[in-house]
Amino acid sequence: MEWNFKNGIPIYTQIIDEMTMQIASGEYSPGEKLSSVRDLATDAGVNPNTMQRALAEMERRGLVYSERTSGRFVTKDENVLAKLHEELAKKYFEEFNEKLRKLGMDSETVRSSVKRWLDEIV
Amino acid sequence: MAIIEISGLTKSFGELRALDDVSLSLEKGQIIGLLGPNGSGKTTLIKILNGLLQPTAGSVSINGMAPGVGSKKIVAYLPDRNALPDYMDAKKLMDMYQDFFEDFDRERAEAMIRDLGIDMKQTMKKMSKGTKEKLQLCLVMARQAQVYLLDEPIGGVDPATRDYILRTIISNYNEDAVVIISTHLISDIESVLDDVIFIKEGKIVLHRAADDIREEKGESIDGLFREVFKC
Repeated sequence: MEWNFKNGIPIYTQIIDEMTMQIASGEYSPGEKLSSVRDLATDAGVNPNTMQRALAEMERRGLVYSERTSGRFVTKDENVLAKLHEELAKKYFEEFNEKLRKLGMDSETVRSSVKRWLDEIV
Repeated sequence: MAIIEISGLTKSFGELRALDDVSLSLEKGQIIGLLGPNGSGKTTLIKILNGLLQPTAGSVSINGMAPGVGSKKIVAYLPDRNALPDYMDAKKLMDMYQDFFEDFDRERAEAMIRDLGIDMKQTMKKMSKGTKEKLQLCLVMARQAQVYLLDEPIGGVDPATRDYILRTIISNYNEDAVVIISTHLISDIESVLDDVIFIKEGKIVLHRAADDIREEKGESIDGLFREVFKC
């Protein structure tokens, strides 16, 4: 199986997260046609109904759209993509921040350290 | 629409109640895991669905029919042990399946047998245990059936073949068919399941959508299984 799923989290939400990431990172380009539900399901090693459910939810969020006869496509809407980027970046930052807080750093220390690290990296 | 209706099904072997008042309604278009420890009644239930055992009490209907000649036309059954004549090779077995089952898709069977690298001219007798299992599964999955009853389809095969089998089940999926997979190797198959049924000492203890369980309990089906069936 190609994909690794975590325990205890619904598989359809994990598919949504994974595919959303692929859209945000440009692995799927805007307007790209998606494979059929069955092929996507086979690749991911999941039930076709689960894949269908994930895609329906992504459609509801405006990340993909379907055309009745020709299939499903990644959104071309730049606003949606920009918003998606922002959301994902924020989510990663929150995770990162949470880890630093667990190390016992307060927000002021986080702020100054991040500044210093950024200078070091760039 | 429910394609399988089971109501108040009980099966006794002397003193032992292998199935105890089982009622289930199973829909088309689903892949269902029938999960339970050894001796919980999985095989007994599957054998009744396939008409190999008669219920002691209760009723079973498959697409409106009692298990029998009519239902066997739409039920593809993989038994938990080899039930095919062992002097036959893959080619002869395909001939036999073609004679027996109108819905047998020979090209599909040949493609699967090739994919799995099974020698068409080797007799079953000379095959390894795993190869026998693979061949039987190819024959069963090459039918365009409405009900697939797979009793321990992945028990004796290597992980690569297991993946191939699961992919075959997924790609063979169609919305008019129901696939019932009995196993205790849950972590290997749980990502392909719509619904799971837990069976314990002949009773159904749980029947729910797999993702609902993950969402609600925050654990895998395998994890929940270990909890429910803790020794």
